[in-house]
Amino acid sequence: MTKGQAPTPYSGSREDIVTGQESKQEPQQTPSTPRQVKFYQTGSFAVGGRLLDAPERTVQSGIKRTNSLTLGHRACQGCGEALGARYALDAAMRATENKIVAANATGCLEVFTTPYPETSWQIPWIHSVFGNAAAVGSGIAAALRAKGRDDIRVVAQAGDGGTVDIGIGCLSGMFERNDDVLFICYDNEAYMNTGVQRSGSTPPAARTATTEAIGRQPGNQWGQGKKMPLIAMAHEIPYVATATVAELHDLEYKIEKAMSFRGARYVHILVPCPLGWGSEPANTIKIARLAKETGIFPVFEAEYGEVTGVSKIRSKVPVEEYLLLQKRYAHLFRPSRQDEVINKIQEEADRNVRRFGLLGEDGMVQPSDTDKGISAHLGGKVG
Amino acid sequence: MLEQLEGSKAVARAVAMCRPEVICAYPISPQTHIVEALGAMVKDTTLEHCEFINVESEFGAMSVLIGASATGARSYTATSSQGLLFMTEAVYNAAGLGLPMVMTLANRAIGAPINIWNDYSDAMAVRDSGWIQLFAESNQAAVDLHIQAFHLSEEISLPVMVCMDGYVLTHAIEPLDVPDQELVDKYLPPFIPRQLLDPEDPVSIGAMVGPDAFTEVRYLAHAKQLKALQKIPEISTEFERLSGRKSGGLVRTYRAEEADTIVIGMGSVVGAIEDAVDDLRDSGISIGAISITTFRPFPLDALREAVGNPKRVVIVDRAFSVGMGSILATDVALALAHNDIRLYTVVAGLGGRAVTGISLKQCLSKAVKDDLEKLTFLDLDVDVVERELTRMEQSKRSGPSAENILRDLGTTTPETEGQL
Amino acid sequence: MDRPFAITLQPGSSRANKTGSWRTERPVYVDLLPPCNDACPAGENIQGWLYHAEEMGYEEAWRTIMLDNPFPAIMGRVCYHNCETACNRGKVYRPVSNAMLFGESGASFGKAEYAGVPGSTLRTTTQQGASSGQRERADYLRDGTLDEAVGINAVERFLGDIALKSDWQIPAGKPATGKRVLVVGGGPAGLSTAYHLWLLGNDVSVYEASAQLGGMMRFGIPAYRLPRDVLDKEIDRIIGLGINIELNHKVTDLLAEMEEGNYDAIFLATGAEIARNAYIPAGDSSHIIDALSLLRSAQDMERPQLGRTVVVYGGGNTAMDAARTAKRLGASEAIVVYRRTRDKMPAHDLEVEEAIEEGVKMRWLSTINRVAGEKLLLEKMELDNTGFPQPTGEYDELAADSVVLALGEEADLSLLGHIPDIVIENGIVQVDSTMMTSHPGIFAGGDIAQKDRTVTDAIGNGKKAARNIDNWLRGIASPDSVRHPLAEWSRLNTWYYSDAPATMRPKLDAVRRQSTFDEVVIGLDESEALFEARRCMSCGNCFECDNCYGVCPDNSVIKLGTGMRYEFDYDYCKGCGICATECPCGAIDMVPED
Ligand SMILES: Cc1cc2nc3c(=O)[nH]c(=O)nc-3n(C[C@H](O)[C@H](O)[C@H](O)COP(=O)(O)OP(=O)(O)OC[C@H]3O[C@@H](n4cnc5c(N)ncnc54)[C@H](O)[C@@H]3O)c2cc1C
Ligand SMILES: Cc1ncc(C[n+]2csc(CCOP(=O)(O)OP(=O)(O)O)c2C)c(N)n1
Ligand code: SF4
Ligand code: SF4
Ligand code: SF4
Ligand code: SF4
Ligand SMILES: [Mg+2]
Repeated sequence: MTKGQAPTPYSGSREDIVTGQESKQEPQQTPSTPRQVKFYQTGSFAVGGRLLDAPERTVQSGIKRTNSLTLGHRACQGCGEALGARYALDAAMRATENKIVAANATGCLEVFTTPYPETSWQIPWIHSVFGNAAAVGSGIAAALRAKGRDDIRVVAQAGDGGTVDIGIGCLSGMFERNDDVLFICYDNEAYMNTGVQRSGSTPPAARTATTEAIGRQPGNQWGQGKKMPLIAMAHEIPYVATATVAELHDLEYKIEKAMSFRGARYVHILVPCPLGWGSEPANTIKIARLAKETGIFPVFEAEYGEVTGVSKIRSKVPVEEYLLLQKRYAHLFRPSRQDEVINKIQEEADRNVRRFGLLGEDGMVQPSDTDKGISAHLGGKVG
Repeated sequence: MLEQLEGSKAVARAVAMCRPEVICAYPISPQTHIVEALGAMVKDTTLEHCEFINVESEFGAMSVLIGASATGARSYTATSSQGLLFMTEAVYNAAGLGLPMVMTLANRAIGAPINIWNDYSDAMAVRDSGWIQLFAESNQAAVDLHIQAFHLSEEISLPVMVCMDGYVLTHAIEPLDVPDQELVDKYLPPFIPRQLLDPEDPVSIGAMVGPDAFTEVRYLAHAKQLKALQKIPEISTEFERLSGRKSGGLVRTYRAEEADTIVIGMGSVVGAIEDAVDDLRDSGISIGAISITTFRPFPLDALREAVGNPKRVVIVDRAFSVGMGSILATDVALALAHNDIRLYTVVAGLGGRAVTGISLKQCLSKAVKDDLEKLTFLDLDVDVVERELTRMEQSKRSGPSAENILRDLGTTTPETEGQL
Repeated sequence: MDRPFAITLQPGSSRANKTGSWRTERPVYVDLLPPCNDACPAGENIQGWLYHAEEMGYEEAWRTIMLDNPFPAIMGRVCYHNCETACNRGKVYRPVSNAMLFGESGASFGKAEYAGVPGSTLRTTTQQGASSGQRERADYLRDGTLDEAVGINAVERFLGDIALKSDWQIPAGKPATGKRVLVVGGGPAGLSTAYHLWLLGNDVSVYEASAQLGGMMRFGIPAYRLPRDVLDKEIDRIIGLGINIELNHKVTDLLAEMEEGNYDAIFLATGAEIARNAYIPAGDSSHIIDALSLLRSAQDMERPQLGRTVVVYGGGNTAMDAARTAKRLGASEAIVVYRRTRDKMPAHDLEVEEAIEEGVKMRWLSTINRVAGEKLLLEKMELDNTGFPQPTGEYDELAADSVVLALGEEADLSLLGHIPDIVIENGIVQVDSTMMTSHPGIFAGGDIAQKDRTVTDAIGNGKKAARNIDNWLRGIASPDSVRHPLAEWSRLNTWYYSDAPATMRPKLDAVRRQSTFDEVVIGLDESEALFEARRCMSCGNCFECDNCYGVCPDNSVIKLGTGMRYEFDYDYCKGCGICATECPCGAIDMVPED
């Protein structure tokens, strides 16, 4: 038997994300279809694989991938943001036949890529200031529109600080006007570039330089912070998605999906930061994976303000698995174990699981669940 | 062809003639009429191939322009006062990146106390940002300067701010000539950006520059502005050649030859100064005036030359540096540092206070007799100030000064309500 | 573009910044010994052939097996597949929650510090065998176990069978050496040796006492487990190579044969064919036979008179085969009597299971005290604290028409009688690490020379002996085999492997199994075999998943192209170790920079 006649190997780039739309368009295979023939070792979990058909491989697996962010950048060892940015922008490049322009906020990503006299970017790229990446993106999009260049697409990107805090005004404006910009937030849950200070995306109990692990309530306050993806959804823009650097197929899918829309789009990528989180550089991807598998970071997508798909937890693990790998949570375990706080974090994670329907087989969220959850959230925090 | 037009409308028409591709602004009095008019022109397609964007803030507006300009689009915005300050970070950034664009600054005071009327606090707040700052002394000058500003901005790749006095000019209706499209097209070459966000030829714009090269980068920015000192007169001459109208340039003199007293001003106050000069000349006083059109780059040499060698110079300034005095005066003083000239500064027209011919003439009459305070506040109500100073002496909790003074004067300002 | 100074930069210019200087540890690619390979008595490169099978390169896969083992179709049926027992995929792994480590137990598995807690660690096992720089892994696992071992044996059978069906042939061996080697005994050990010696260019003869080749594969293992056409075809393929076979040639004097045939070396592989006996007091009427005779007569299509109820005495594989054969020969009841418990039975689990499925009954903890007419007197046993059975003095009766003794086999060593320098211990011929006896030039392997009496061990012995004989004949010392460190479970990042339960091999339905000698276990079809092959995790050896290439935040892995693997770009690699953590199969080590 030659290779060509082979039963198709596992075609799993979207294995555990089933969006409502997709399942409508392509009905699931009938049970009689042998499941075996689709299987291949790692399915969609690894970056590539010699047996996968080309369309099922990730952009990153390609020998000729574009490396939008190239060698010699100055990110810390194991920087999740450096990885996330290359993942996302390479995918955006593929989706646009390399015709993208990027606007970048101030932050680690900007600093480690473009210290004079060298840049690591291979795409047209501009950095203006900290809080305006979305608006600069809008301006680029406006210029392109004025010139009739609808083939060139715009990405604006920022850290969590540049997104949820100082950048939220411009971002909200860009969303609200539905400018044709994909905004990517690289969420490392603090102001890393300035030395790990708290941001509106810093989780409760986490230690930062401005929420030290001292006093009666060590670490970041409870009952604060904002969930940017939900805020983005409240703008009812065409597409909002979350992703992590641990699931490349999912991340690339979402970027490509985002590029298939015109108008404002938002992708929020969790990018662990070894420096700020006090984690082993080697554990960057693993920690991102645990963030998802614990339920701490829900991975989902939404169109026009409605959740259309969630990435199911493959196997739920207790939050300790996640917390223990990060020194920013060390005070929860030393000198004595803070069960109450750990349980609270666990409850938050469980709430995400319920709210987004992160467990179970069906990829579709029960609308009732999420609507309730999200509106409760919006009511409590945003409204 | 002269037409009876509001300053704002005329400027809007002039801007439209320049075929901008991206316009974006956030409303603030007294800039609103300009962008409203442009918005309408985009909407009814009088102005084609142009994106008009309603942004969420001035910071957004300037940021949009940064993106648009870097993408090779001719870009325009307008603001005033608080709006300019709200966008300051991006204002500096646009200049630092060397991005061509034109902004109208409808000059207005900065609060507190909040005040929608004219002075130059806003322009002066970003004086050192690296923008070229041109001051229009009349609405006709404003119209012409905008057209020249696009030319200049794109020629030397720097952003240009055209300052025109809020209300005094923006809302004044007078016969104005807006050059026709043919003239503007002939005058203004297509925009060829010095740097461009282009997937065909990617670059990274906006690098982080450390001590190793920052001085050089700043020096180069300065050198560009110095180059503008040459370009501005050329551009002005070219405009005159096509339109037959003299406008723009660095400085303009008025009956200044061999004058013992030279009065220097910027913006609309120049009109009042020239009227006073005429009156005083008529009464035999050797007095002339100089109008500064180009404030940044500051035309040190051109000014020195224009001033010549009078006995005294009086600077009438709407720009006031609290704790220091006239802002323009410091620059003029530097230009005249080698000359043995007595300098008087008159701070006038703050927050929309009218600069009346009578007051101005009185003041200048004193000056020519060297009978003027070095720093004079035109029409300052000394009694009111004295009383508030006393109140403050007497009581620790004397309350807010601005409100105290209003009460003291028995005035309210109903006309300002709803316009802030 | 003419770029403004300093503010605007040339794309990709950061290549000038060689970040490799930041590194304190460097990643290196390693190839480790997968546990299956390590466990295969025939020394097959299992992962190597599964790699080909995964991409449907079945012939290549088969040829890879054939380098080590000439009987894939036989192996796929009778091998007890230690490989699968060792397979990492089937290892049950109880996850230790990180949290537990901070509880009372104080359990600590390694030295790494987590969350800055001194002495704390995640569940990691300290690396053994792996090279020095291996970092500790704290793999977070789903439910603590992957699914089940890869069905290596089934895939091997699939490959063996399509090779037979497709008539794939063995390529020519090495050029002739001119050396003559005699192989005594045509069982798996002898045939394997002959095959490998032939591949190496030697002139080989096999003397076989009986009329057919195959040894215990033919006279022991019943046809329902190893169909004779499969056996014949795989043997024929070897014979076809030009090996000199002499059937019905029983060797009685080894040295004489050697001299007579002018042989340069001998390989002795006469197996263990004498049934061990036990004295059981019995009257005349009782019918007692040994298991080997029973099995042999079944092979010869004879139907010995067994009666309705047959008791098989013993607990090994032979006992199972005897009981199952008895059933097929018409016994309505076959009962295995064994002194110890089920888990102490030497018989392979699978065989016991299959026997039970076919209705064979078991009497554990019993010995046959004596045969009294149609009845057996059984004594109940109990295990002492060393696990040894002790008589209890309690008795029981059991009706039986005949008793089959399956108490083990011994080697017939009479042909060595004249060679004093061959050492024998407990009935086993002693050999050194090259499989040579203490008599120079006489090598031995298979059942005669070892305690692990399986076809696979015999084949492995044969390969090893052949290579050593060849070296010995060429006068070169056999190189010490370098064994790569073991690819242990703890090195894997199992997250990446999709769930995929093993594909069970279908079995014949029970009724047919009880009455005929048709093959019980049915092979996998192609899609099943492919599925199964793809369950291999490629432990310790890169399978080109592109993970390291993809996950490096510093673009410091160079992909060389399909089949050519990857290289690290040490000019830029910062040594973060993500590639090593995220390599699914543990093929990357982090080693300290000096
Ligand atoms: C009933 C039974 C079932 C088994 N099932 C399995 C199983 O499922 N899987 C497994 O791996 N193992 C099984 N085994 C064990 C396996 O068959 C043996 O370990 C293996 O066959 C040993 O191979 P060998 O070549 O050393 O000896 P043998 O297979 O015994 O071959 C020895 C050969 O030498 C010949 N011979 C003997 N003496 C002389 C002589 N003097 N001159 C010339 N030729 C001579 C014999 O005729 C025979 O052909 C089973 C054994 C039995 C008895
Ligand atoms: C207006 C302004 N305020 C503050 C700063 C200082 N600053 C630069 S980067 C940064 C933090 C960036 O944090 P984030 O956006 O989360 O990106 P990260 O560095 O974490 O990737 C801060 C506070 C600035 N450059 N500009
Ligand atoms: S501080 Fe964090 S985000 Fe910044 S470069 Fe280092 S690892 Fe990356
Ligand atoms: S011969 Fe046996 S142990 Fe070796 S691979 Fe085959 S089944 Fe596994
Ligand atoms: S990560 Fe994948 S490609 Fe890299 S060494 Fe491991 S198996 Fe090979
Ligand atoms: S992931 Fe990249 S930088 Fe990190 S150790 Fe591996 S090759 Fe080096
Ligand atoms: Mg951050």
